[in-house]
Amino acid sequence: MNDIAAESAQGVTQNRTIEIDSHSINFGPQHPAAHGVLRLILEMDGEIVERADPHIGLLHRGTEKLIEYKSYIQALPYFDRLDYVSPMCQEHAFALATEKLLGITVPDRAQWIRVLFSEITRILNHLLNVTTYALDVGALTPSLWGFEEREKLMEFHEAVSGARLHANYFRPGGVAKDLPAGLTDRIGEWADGFPKFLDDLEGLLTNNRIWKQRTVDIGVMSPEAALAWGFSGPCIRASGIPWDLRRSQPYEKYAEVDFDIPVGRNGDCYDRYLVRIAEMRQSLRIITQSIAKLPPGPVKVADHKITPPSRTEMKRSMEALIHHFKLYTEGFHVPAGATYTAVEAPKGEFGVYLVADGTNRPYRCKIRATGFAFLQALEVMSKRHMLADAVAIIGSLDIVFGEIDR
Amino acid sequence: MADVTTAGVEAPVETKAEALAREAGSLAGVSRAVLEHGQVVVEVALDHLLPVMQALRDDTRFAFEQLMDLAGVDWPERNPRFEVVYNLLSVSLNQRIRVVVRTDEAIPVPSVVGIWPVVTWWERECWDLFGISFSGQPDLRRILTDYGFEGHPLRKDFPLTGYYEVRYDDERKAVVYEPVSLRQDFRNFDFLSPWEAMTTLPGDEKAREGRKG
Repeated sequence: MNDIAAESAQGVTQNRTIEIDSHSINFGPQHPAAHGVLRLILEMDGEIVERADPHIGLLHRGTEKLIEYKSYIQALPYFDRLDYVSPMCQEHAFALATEKLLGITVPDRAQWIRVLFSEITRILNHLLNVTTYALDVGALTPSLWGFEEREKLMEFHEAVSGARLHANYFRPGGVAKDLPAGLTDRIGEWADGFPKFLDDLEGLLTNNRIWKQRTVDIGVMSPEAALAWGFSGPCIRASGIPWDLRRSQPYEKYAEVDFDIPVGRNGDCYDRYLVRIAEMRQSLRIITQSIAKLPPGPVKVADHKITPPSRTEMKRSMEALIHHFKLYTEGFHVPAGATYTAVEAPKGEFGVYLVADGTNRPYRCKIRATGFAFLQALEVMSKRHMLADAVAIIGSLDIVFGEIDR
Repeated sequence: MADVTTAGVEAPVETKAEALAREAGSLAGVSRAVLEHGQVVVEVALDHLLPVMQALRDDTRFAFEQLMDLAGVDWPERNPRFEVVYNLLSVSLNQRIRVVVRTDEAIPVPSVVGIWPVVTWWERECWDLFGISFSGQPDLRRILTDYGFEGHPLRKDFPLTGYYEVRYDDERKAVVYEPVSLRQDFRNFDFLSPWEAMTTLPGDEKAREGRKG
């Protein structure tokens, strides 16, 4: 130090080598805490993240391009495969967009079934997120418990659609099939026991010292930042903005059910966890109400140009047979027009910008993936955080790559 | 539902969406403001995009704090060819608006990254998939396609199967890129039924006078 001072006093310049502990880390693409195939280039200053550059697209399947070559009915199953943790909510966005362009409204019973299964899907999604998030942070037990509960919910999916995950259940014009006999009773039974499970889950995490040390005050998003970075869903609510599409722009029967919108105060990783836990309790309320209010009646519109006729009808009626054949080869024609339709998916606003040109295939179908905006904000959120905190932040954002990469 | 042009029309009871369309239509540079399926759509000239967007965010009548989505649409037969569609959301006033600008391969769209930072990835995506460039965007890299990918796959003239396929070559112990070879031609059925495409059959003209086609 004295030498340098002496040298600079004499006006002598010299080259010095300063050692900075800077290096970049390649996090992923195959990393269990990346929730899929995320390649994250982290520029580190020691243990501290200076810059995070997510490289996405490793799971890009060209869904939007493929949909342009499929009829509307064939395009729907692609939505299950986007965010494969909450399949029915994505189908819902596409079904609603198509119905808006067709100018049809689905029958009451179908609307209530959609509400019921949207909320089951929401619990399904939040259970996976909360428990695997805990797993990333080091808690193993929640995921073992949560996956058992998810299995019960997926049995309900299977009971209505025949598939545990890729349901293809919400179709333009209604839902694919009516609920099987006794299913509402089984859902009701499960709903009675679920609060106990949530209490147990909270008992493991909410006041857990290690959990709080890892999540409180980590990845704080202010309300202004959350707006600027396109946040929605639980993440924007954790930042203190009471915004929920189910309440502010209600679709289906959400205007007729009674539920609260949990809001966080600090916008940190812990609040995002708390909001999701509270949302599961609210979803449960909606599930109970929609079972009670489920009216009898048809589950799809009667127009067989849009929905298929029943099998029994097809055995006798020539016209029904023709309708069935036409629907599954040519599909239906959607009048030219465009719409942006969004639903409150478990992760946040999931939107479909659908452009129809009057033929039987979508002209353009832009999918507004929720996690796309979240992941972009990772850079701002993880700056000057420890490496391990970046993992907690990714977990708290609820990212699924099927949706982000499309 | 028919499009309702609201500019200059004094409806007796104006809905919220109609009022928004009228007010947005009065901004300089907005060439058309309509309601489509109850949603407000405004078309903006390319050189007025930034001031209009700034006004839509900062004016208290609009207060669109959030940019929810940016979509490109390719219309090869139109001139200019591309549409860039912005979907804005106002959390405080609970309203949405869709802003449409038109451009082609050569003319860049001014980037709105200074207004909504979230747009960066969507502009990257739009560049990647359509080849629409955005001026003023500091980070216009490809985002969804493979490293070293060429072409813009969501353009209508890009084939669905693409040009190259990737596989792991066990002999060379490497991933290799090869031109796509299809064992069977890609099947693109013409499902449009003849009795719908041919609307006026010979001898049928009188019965269908009111019908076009």
